[in-house]
Amino acid sequence: MTTAWDWAFAAEILPRLIHATGYTLLAAGGGYLIALILGLALTFLQRSRSRVLTIVVREVMEFVRSTPLVLQIFFIFYVGPQFGLRLSPWTAGMIAIGLHYGAYLSEVFRGGIESVPKGQWEAATALNLSTVKTYVRIILPQALPSALAGMGNYLVGILKDTPMLAVIGVTELLHAANTIGAESYRYLEPYTIVGLIFLLLSLPAAALIRSAETWVRKKLGLNA
Amino acid sequence: MTEDLSSFPLHLEGANVPMVRFAKVTKSYGALTVLDQLDLDVATGEMVTVIGPSGSGKTTVLRMLMTLEKINGGVIYVDGEPMTHMEKGGRLVAADNAHLRRVRSKIGMCFQHFNLFPHMTALENCMEGPTQVLGLSKAEAKARAETLLEQVGMAAKRGHRPAQLSGGQQQRVAIARALAMRPKVMLFDEVTSALDPEVIGEVTNVIRKLTSEHALTMLMVTHQMGFAKDISDRICFFYKGKIEEQGSPKELFDHPQKPRTQQFLSAVREAI
Repeated sequence: MTTAWDWAFAAEILPRLIHATGYTLLAAGGGYLIALILGLALTFLQRSRSRVLTIVVREVMEFVRSTPLVLQIFFIFYVGPQFGLRLSPWTAGMIAIGLHYGAYLSEVFRGGIESVPKGQWEAATALNLSTVKTYVRIILPQALPSALAGMGNYLVGILKDTPMLAVIGVTELLHAANTIGAESYRYLEPYTIVGLIFLLLSLPAAALIRSAETWVRKKLGLNA
Repeated sequence: MTEDLSSFPLHLEGANVPMVRFAKVTKSYGALTVLDQLDLDVATGEMVTVIGPSGSGKTTVLRMLMTLEKINGGVIYVDGEPMTHMEKGGRLVAADNAHLRRVRSKIGMCFQHFNLFPHMTALENCMEGPTQVLGLSKAEAKARAETLLEQVGMAAKRGHRPAQLSGGQQQRVAIARALAMRPKVMLFDEVTSALDPEVIGEVTNVIRKLTSEHALTMLMVTHQMGFAKDISDRICFFYKGKIEEQGSPKELFDHPQKPRTQQFLSAVREAI
């Protein structure tokens, strides 16, 4: 084993790592989708008129946010079967990510909804719009621009947290790098390349989020 | 609310059923009583203006009628039937959401800060209620909205978003938006207070014109005393959550009886 960078080896393992990048994106995308849906559901539950429900949801979210993601991954995957919840590493992983980040995204959505002036709700009431239509047609479109930055940040956060899924055997980037290392006893090249791939994925994300925000504001005719 | 409502009728009947009746309506925020046992009738087609110092509860009257504020006591009737309450087993109970929505459809409101939907054009603002609530087709709603925008002099700006319109223009669109729902009662809550002085006239003129063209009962809060005097059938002067004095514009403005009314009116005149 040498310490010098081996270009030939790097080129040899690159296809495997690019292949694994696809799985990383899949895990991040799937987890994000669950987090978005769950986050929005939590937001509505927390805004419900039932005081008990509001408190329960708030405490559950606080619990989820205050415990480590990796513990939640282990818990769902290893403890779940004791309660009859047998999930594949992929499903367990995406649920864990979705749950963890759903709790965070819910706060982002709440902030976005609260940024919409009270007068918009009142105008919707005066027009006799139903609660659902008030949300869908009036409030959420106006909440979106201010929520986008937070939504984007957590997308990058999820992407960077996908390596945690390697601990339960999800074959994403870090898992692939570990396997390569174990086979060849060379870790320098696979880990370096994995780092670079994450850098290449994360860097444009911030710029993309900003332009999405500008685009949505313009599209909706809202002030920047 | 464990109030005894047995003295309130389930429906208003007889020859002169008012369009709106506040029956012993009380509103308080914690220890602060904003309105104290308010009794106020507004007849069908009547134009009533509420004036008074700030904190007198005048805006609260409109907001309660629009169901934007819950009341703490009494009953509000609209068009002969209770709005804040509904009949159940021969007695009045607090209204559920479906009842509120049904009765609320008779009322329209314009706000001090317009509250137009910023992500929609003037035309879309006026079509939103008719398509989403009344179930009109897009074509019908569009025709109705265009007629109303024409009446408020905003037809040329129908494709503009609120941010591209002046305050006076936004308020005129808001008036068209409210009228597109064909309400029986229109509420105008300080609709000129947020406007620059030079555009107040364009909004008051639109209200003057529309109220004569549409069969409307109107309840208005305003600081424009001249406008109130012209347009109203009756002026109610509110002071500390009660109607201190009311009467025709001529009676109230020219011959106020109560010292509080006299004080308020002279203070307002000095300000102009």
